[in-house]
Amino acid sequence: MTCTQIFPFPQFHPSGERCLLAVYAQGVDAAVNEKLRRITALLNQEKRPGIEEVVPSYSSLAVFYDPVLVNFQALCDLLRTCEQNLDAAQIDASRTITIPVCYGGDFGPDLADVARHNQLSPAAVIARHCAALYRIFAIGFAPGFCYLGGLDESLHTPRLETPRTLVAAGSVGIAGSQTGIYPQDSPGGWRIIGRTPLTLFNAERAEPCPYRAGDNLRFQAVDEAAFHAILAGEQS
Amino acid sequence: MNAVLRVLKAGGLTTIQDLGRPGQAHLGVPKSGAMDDYSHSIANWLCGNPADCATLEMTMVGADFEVLAPCSIAVTGADMDLRINGKAASQWQNHHLQARDSISLGMAASGCRSYLALAGGFAAKTVLSSRSTYLGGRLGGYEGRMLKKGDVLGSEAAGPNNLKQKRYRLPWSPRYGSSIVLRAILGPQDDWFSQDITRFFQTSFTLSSQSNRMGCRLQGRAIKKNNDSPENLLSIPVTAGNIQIPPNGQPIVLFREQTIGGYPVIATVLSCDLWRLAQTQPGAEVSFQQVSLAEGQHIASNLQAFMNEAQALLRSQ
Repeated sequence: MTCTQIFPFPQFHPSGERCLLAVYAQGVDAAVNEKLRRITALLNQEKRPGIEEVVPSYSSLAVFYDPVLVNFQALCDLLRTCEQNLDAAQIDASRTITIPVCYGGDFGPDLADVARHNQLSPAAVIARHCAALYRIFAIGFAPGFCYLGGLDESLHTPRLETPRTLVAAGSVGIAGSQTGIYPQDSPGGWRIIGRTPLTLFNAERAEPCPYRAGDNLRFQAVDEAAFHAILAGEQS
Repeated sequence: MNAVLRVLKAGGLTTIQDLGRPGQAHLGVPKSGAMDDYSHSIANWLCGNPADCATLEMTMVGADFEVLAPCSIAVTGADMDLRINGKAASQWQNHHLQARDSISLGMAASGCRSYLALAGGFAAKTVLSSRSTYLGGRLGGYEGRMLKKGDVLGSEAAGPNNLKQKRYRLPWSPRYGSSIVLRAILGPQDDWFSQDITRFFQTSFTLSSQSNRMGCRLQGRAIKKNNDSPENLLSIPVTAGNIQIPPNGQPIVLFREQTIGGYPVIATVLSCDLWRLAQTQPGAEVSFQQVSLAEGQHIASNLQAFMNEAQALLRSQ
């Protein structure tokens, strides 16, 4: 993950008449993403009237606002102030979410292919997939779907040539240099190496997702008995 | 739940919608909500409801219903040849119905989406503070899906008591043309296209049939990036109205079911103009007119004032 360009000053753009997009870099960079995590927390703490939502992504963040209550220039000033005040963000220094995964077997039908493609044993694939600390750079595409950075290069594997029509919720996959988890049953072309028993998005919970953008994530291998025990706990 | 309507024919794509689910994009949950929030709100007002009650959004082909209990309804938006017990009935006004009456709607003669409101609002489980159906996430509305034959719908509340005596009618209704001009603010990535931007605003695009609640595709002269623009855009948070330019140069206007996107955005349609695009049929001509941020905010507040007047007018009837 190299960053092509970190801007000395953020670029503020309108994205329509009620959204501001602030771009801090062109490229992926963990330090920039950490800054966005803190600015997002600061804006949410501040509760400035007129700010409807703050949505961070890799190296940009969107502020949705009501132009009757707050204007674009005032938001730009507020974002600049936040950048000078990052330490005041009330967040865990580095929150790490652990995702239990049962690898291989019916839960991970492509584990053997990923191992073969990278000339590794299935056990080595699991070990390397669990060894890395991933950063959740962004959440989007589907409820609770996280864009993770940090996949070991020795695990990069192309997508399936023919996507599956149904991938079960909780499936953990690899697609090129990316790894991720399907939060819901959906069609998909990622190579599936395992499955988590955790429900990654549940609108009924006070916190629908167990993580937020900017958190770290780690996978932990569990056996089938542990998988079912955790699953039973999730469903009770 | 009180049973008020049974679906006899589901139509093209019929979903329960309200004004949407804001504040959840950071979890990957888009706003959803009525594609034409203007027609949706007026349908509610014609039934004595607040604007944020749930209505049924019907797409291109309307649905048929059997009435199971006395109720008041109104249909707005696309002209779908509303019939009550087989007889032609007016849209943009309320109707009082009895058990065993029938409601039927046909193909959209003009416009794309009709809204059927029910006095008291359609009942649906509130998910993350909205009743809107989000098809991609299978949540909200009626079990997170489009309606199908046999579904039974109820009302959220009894509706205003004195409604039976009331005849609400809007004295005007919008016209949906075969050529529209949408007002748009430059950016966020307009500088990627600076050499082609004048021609972008001069081009008349054709609305493709590949349109859904996520977005609609336009076809026309390809819009080119500057040679020195970056190869790719790292995914950014998106908003309804963003005009994305994918590598083939054919614009995509985003609607209501996407939170993040990886194509550069040349300009963004004013949110108060999106309902007109939502009512434009495939094959129509679409072009864009540049406005400044200040102009765009002014236009949006004017439409809001106009809507407030429409609401006051209906209340006074």
